[in-house]
Amino acid sequence: MKTRKQHALSTRLWHWVNAVSIIVLFMTGLNISNAHRYLYWGDYGFDPRDAWLSVIKFPAWSTIPQYYNLAIARDWHITMAWPFGLGLAFIWIAMLVNGHFRRDLTTTPRDWTPSAVIASLKAHGPGAAAHGYNPVQKILYGMVFGVLMPLMLFTGLAISPGFQAVAPWLLEVLGGRQSARSLHFIAAWAIFGFFVIHLLLALADWRLILGMITGGKRVESETEAPQPAPATEPVLEGEPSHG
Amino acid sequence: MVDLPRRSLLAGMAALSASACAKINQSESAKTLFDAAEDGHRTLHRALAGKQGLAPEYTRAERSPTFRGNGSVTVEDPFYKAQLAGGFPDWRLEVRGLVEKPLALTLDEVKALPQRTQITRHDCVEGWSAIGEWQGPQLAALLDAAKVKESAKFIVFRCADVLYGRDYYESIDMVDAYHPQTIIAHSLNGEPLPEKNGAPLRMRIERQLGYKQAKYVKAIEAVASFADIGDGKGGFWEDTAGYQWYAGI
Repeated sequence: MKTRKQHALSTRLWHWVNAVSIIVLFMTGLNISNAHRYLYWGDYGFDPRDAWLSVIKFPAWSTIPQYYNLAIARDWHITMAWPFGLGLAFIWIAMLVNGHFRRDLTTTPRDWTPSAVIASLKAHGPGAAAHGYNPVQKILYGMVFGVLMPLMLFTGLAISPGFQAVAPWLLEVLGGRQSARSLHFIAAWAIFGFFVIHLLLALADWRLILGMITGGKRVESETEAPQPAPATEPVLEGEPSHG
Repeated sequence: MVDLPRRSLLAGMAALSASACAKINQSESAKTLFDAAEDGHRTLHRALAGKQGLAPEYTRAERSPTFRGNGSVTVEDPFYKAQLAGGFPDWRLEVRGLVEKPLALTLDEVKALPQRTQITRHDCVEGWSAIGEWQGPQLAALLDAAKVKESAKFIVFRCADVLYGRDYYESIDMVDAYHPQTIIAHSLNGEPLPEKNGAPLRMRIERQLGYKQAKYVKAIEAVASFADIGDGKGGFWEDTAGYQWYAGI
């Protein structure tokens, strides 16, 4: 038996930098949304009558800054896009190199079965740290890392007029600039949904938050099985790792 | 488990950061950070796309049914009004500043130059887009004809419109000035420019946002610095609202 930090230093550093980036990006994004509260599909769109969605005016308390100012919101938004974008590349490389991705985030077909999902939810997350994440956690984290955050990054790049000369194909893949803008908005709210669940579960046990700062501890056997243990039988000792 | 002290701590941190943000927004270090981020985006765009990398062009079928006018949609100046009514017979486009051979061209002379036609997308800083077909000479042709001096670092566009009591103007660097899609458009969708879209002449700088696309252009001025123009930030919206000078994001 050997002990090892529950969260690698790279994971912890990225987690907190990314948390700040995402909060600022989201709240400045709401301010930017208030500038033209209509979403369209396709390349163009300027007439509210053609919008597929009329977005609410986001209240001042939910935006950065705490009043409507497109210039300041954009300054923060394009600034925090750097730690978010570079951080996403960094954590993907780190996860692939240190085995976090293979060990904790890859799923097997069995993880996607209703019974695996129900068992995860009944166990209220835990699945004990020593046995990695349960199927629901794997699927959700996988979606956030593999789909939602890359989608935020690429749709954000695609709606920049200066970037369209870099990768015109990106706009075509996304279905045009206004489609990219709509997807940017949808992905932002999907990430917000994840953020709420993540935060509620973390606040339910403050040791999880502490663990993300100090690294926490977890015990694991030296002959770690390549396949993560099934989480249908949650082991309840050790530090829970949900959230 | 419920952990009230921690929650109030979090709430306190949130409140603190909200008021801290208000101070940070106006600070010098924030300004430096924002400028670095903006420069970084510009450098990245140009490194990856090349200085001459083109914005996508569309087919006629892909144009938006109309082209929205925004910002100034009319010019109050009596001379402008008279010219608009008469087809701009006495309108002159000046090319001046750090040039060896200043020019003052009539609209017909502008139209007689080699033309570029491009169907491009216009993205407003607010988020909306429109697609239209523009025609006009490349800015590079005018700058070459006027023999721009080496000392010129920026091109400033002087406009006839006045917004909130200030003359509209904009500026770009020499990379965008010599970009093949940077044209002085006199027509939109095969018709002379309507007033709301900048008659008789407007800029198209296709890799930047709408507020860089100066309308009602009277003069093109080569300068070494725009520090002494307006409030020194390089454009009307940059001066009045704090928008980024590089509007490629």
